[in-house]
Amino acid sequence: MPDDLNWAIGGEAGDGIDSTGKIFAQALSRAGRHVFTSKDFASRIRGGYTAYKVRTSVDRVESVVDRLDILIALTERTVEENMDELHDDSVIIYDGERTMMKDFEAPGEMTGLDVPLKRLAEEAGGAIVRNIVALGAACEVADFPIENLDESLEKRFGDKGSAIVDTNKQAARLGQDYVADEYGLDTGYELETTDSDYVLLNGDEAIGMGAIAAGCRFYSGYPITPATDVMEYLTGRIDQYGGKVVQAEDELSAINMALGAARAGARSMTATSGPGIDLMTETFGLIAQTETPLVICDVMRSGPSTGMPTKQEQGDLNMTLYGGHGEIPRFVVAPTTVAECFHKTIEAFNLAEKYQTPVYLVSDLAMAVTEQTYEPEQFDMDAVEIERGRVVDEDGIEEWTNEKGQFTPHAATDDGVSPRTFPGVEGGAHMTTGLEHDGLGRRTEDEQVRVEQVDKRNRKVETAREREDWSPREFGDPDSDNLVISWGSNEGAMLEALDFLEEEGVDVRFLSCPYIFPRENLAEDIREADEVIVVECNATGQWADVLEHDALERVKRINKYTGVRFKADELAERVKEELAGEPAEVEAE
Amino acid sequence: MSSDIRFTDFKSDAQPTWCPGCGDFGTMNGMMKALANTGNDPDNTFVVAGIGCSGKIGTYMHSYALHGVHGRALPVGTGVKMANPNLEVMVAGGDGDGYSIGAGHFVHAVRRNVDMTYIVMDNRIYGLTKGQFSPTSREDFETSTSPEGTKQQPVNPLALALSAGGTFIAQSFSSDSQRHTEIVQQAIEHDGFGFVNVYSPCVTFNDVDTYDYFRDTIVDLDETDHDPTDYDDAKEKILDADKEYQGVIYQDESSVGFEEREGLSESMADIPDGAPEDAMDLVREFY
Ligand SMILES: Cc1ncc(C[n+]2csc(CCOP(=O)(O)OP(=O)(O)O)c2C)c(N)n1
Ligand code: SF4
Repeated sequence: MPDDLNWAIGGEAGDGIDSTGKIFAQALSRAGRHVFTSKDFASRIRGGYTAYKVRTSVDRVESVVDRLDILIALTERTVEENMDELHDDSVIIYDGERTMMKDFEAPGEMTGLDVPLKRLAEEAGGAIVRNIVALGAACEVADFPIENLDESLEKRFGDKGSAIVDTNKQAARLGQDYVADEYGLDTGYELETTDSDYVLLNGDEAIGMGAIAAGCRFYSGYPITPATDVMEYLTGRIDQYGGKVVQAEDELSAINMALGAARAGARSMTATSGPGIDLMTETFGLIAQTETPLVICDVMRSGPSTGMPTKQEQGDLNMTLYGGHGEIPRFVVAPTTVAECFHKTIEAFNLAEKYQTPVYLVSDLAMAVTEQTYEPEQFDMDAVEIERGRVVDEDGIEEWTNEKGQFTPHAATDDGVSPRTFPGVEGGAHMTTGLEHDGLGRRTEDEQVRVEQVDKRNRKVETAREREDWSPREFGDPDSDNLVISWGSNEGAMLEALDFLEEEGVDVRFLSCPYIFPRENLAEDIREADEVIVVECNATGQWADVLEHDALERVKRINKYTGVRFKADELAERVKEELAGEPAEVEAE
Repeated sequence: MSSDIRFTDFKSDAQPTWCPGCGDFGTMNGMMKALANTGNDPDNTFVVAGIGCSGKIGTYMHSYALHGVHGRALPVGTGVKMANPNLEVMVAGGDGDGYSIGAGHFVHAVRRNVDMTYIVMDNRIYGLTKGQFSPTSREDFETSTSPEGTKQQPVNPLALALSAGGTFIAQSFSSDSQRHTEIVQQAIEHDGFGFVNVYSPCVTFNDVDTYDYFRDTIVDLDETDHDPTDYDDAKEKILDADKEYQGVIYQDESSVGFEEREGLSESMADIPDGAPEDAMDLVREFY
């Protein structure tokens, strides 16, 4: 039996699914095992199916796969929903004494373990610890030392006092003993523990942590799934560094507050999802026109309109790349993994200030709700460099002052980057406006000045193109004639797909792109390959369009827009089909 | 702050393009005088303006300033003040900007009570787009988009502010230079959101709410026994639809600005060259 286990707990929203799943994931992580979690949830608070899935291995796990080995089913629907991932060796833990599960029988060859979760929980001290009994049962099935669960329970319930912690520990043991005594089964699993110390976090948390590391001091936002975790992470934590989170009345306000704070000199950010980006787009133009550094994070979900708020999609690429009236110089950065969410956030702040331009930081639901293990050194705080760009203080202001003693905040420089002063700096007072303006910031409709200012703003992008490294992350066989390209969060699934493909003798070169604009021109890579496939979670292939445009070559596409992220094995299969020239079908789940 | 600041220091050398006689001239002069009288200087003042004839004000003044998009000046001002509470923040715009497209932000800025001053140049018309009715236009007012008279009731901005928990609510008339300046000055000195609705006549598109009309009807609260700290008194005046008042209508003297309640006092502009010293603690939280 491989050391790669897929575990899930599912039931109705309100059943405590999330916190139970998280306790298990943390226990595994603290036991030195790698973890990759995912969530199935519906857009409602109570009722409705929801599940928390954990994949764990001693080796790194980068993706979900199409297999479920141990399932804690609090409702029959949980089993139905996961039927296609269950297999003959799957073990289903359920409570046959629960009215809604009393007629349940494990399908096919699967093993059903009827564990009186509620009764044992009451024995331990209260029905509320029912899910922990189930966790204990799962530890027995997976042969995972239950002591590892204890630490996780302490972390979770420590604040509530030792009695509560003890009740939980006791509940887990009752579950474990029950399965051992009643079933004595040997599933062959053995979840080894190691000495490694991992941290477990999701993409939104990594963005929040990156923001603090980068010196972000002001965050304003309006709650929206799946971006809210960024705001919740920063709330309270950012205060320790002299910063503040403000919950605004809407996204229009959120982005304008962030803009105000940035004008006052703070590193400033807002985060939202598609519908919020729509509302922010008006001010996005103002930010570019006034050359204000700002990081705007779009944690994408399924659209259009309110679409499927709790489902995955990468449908906003075009909007971040082209959204807004007029022509707007911008940066669009799309982290490719949870850890990259941290690194790219820091980079986004530096880009914003070095070039005084808005930066779209584009993440997505799959990354936002996925918790993944990393070595803490991956988040090396000593390596963080903060570059504020051309900021001018009292001493330097003369260089940027005209013969009438006026500061020139929009001076047309060779590299396109103008000087910036923070309010309070003597002699730096100036106007800035969303209207077209001259070097002083004064409104103008003068043809020559208009052209000069437009050119200057666009020149910043050219300067950045030259000065910064926009290369994609490269994996797989560098000499392969089969080229797969993706952007954003598909990296993990594709990395594992590479392993599957290799086993079947298919070699692939894989480019994972974190930079949407500016970006490295992949025209040559595309022309040199025999087969080029672009993988993305949307229906029309927005990234494929961009690459075709760059390379003037047609490329093949793998698209998924069911609302669910790619799974590694599924992706491997589809790459194989494409390479074999079979038409790809869109999977409907 | 230097003490030798004069109000002309707040003047930019840009030539106003307002129509001769526009009420906005008087409004702006009063704002500049009030800023100078309260000991501010251009380098520590931040003026945020909306869109409209009124919104051009930031261009004609000299200070740190932002001329934003239509209706969203208040959130910008909030961000500025939160990021640097040491700045004097003044937000200005028109009645369309503030009570129409920006009405939502207005109510929330009032209840948030950030320590800044909000000046609305209320000419009861859309000036810059050439004469459509505005949210403060009277019922049955005939304009290019209401040839048979508006069928919409006007909003009462003072009532909106009071019901949203306003802590400083005042009204002034741009051509009464001295009183207008005094009132704006009091708004600046107020600890919290100082809101002044300024009657600022549009001589080009509004022939109803004219200088003469305001001169004839305005009642100065200083000439009555009005007590601005008395909520009921304020409510009565604000809901009196037949009168145009000038003066501080309501002030809660116990008001404390939002940024202060949030514990902010320093500029957020100063940050270290790298991650905070104890930043690895943030990582360790995830063990
Ligand atoms: C989003 C948006 N919609 C419409 C406009 C056009 N517009 C410019 S000024 C204005 C009305 C301004 O009226 P008011 O705030 O009363 O100011 P005034 O010009 O009367 O001083 C409008 C509708 C705009 N600039 N932006
Ligand atoms: S149109 Fe009216 S509001 Fe605008 S500048 Fe002329 S007088 Fe003033």
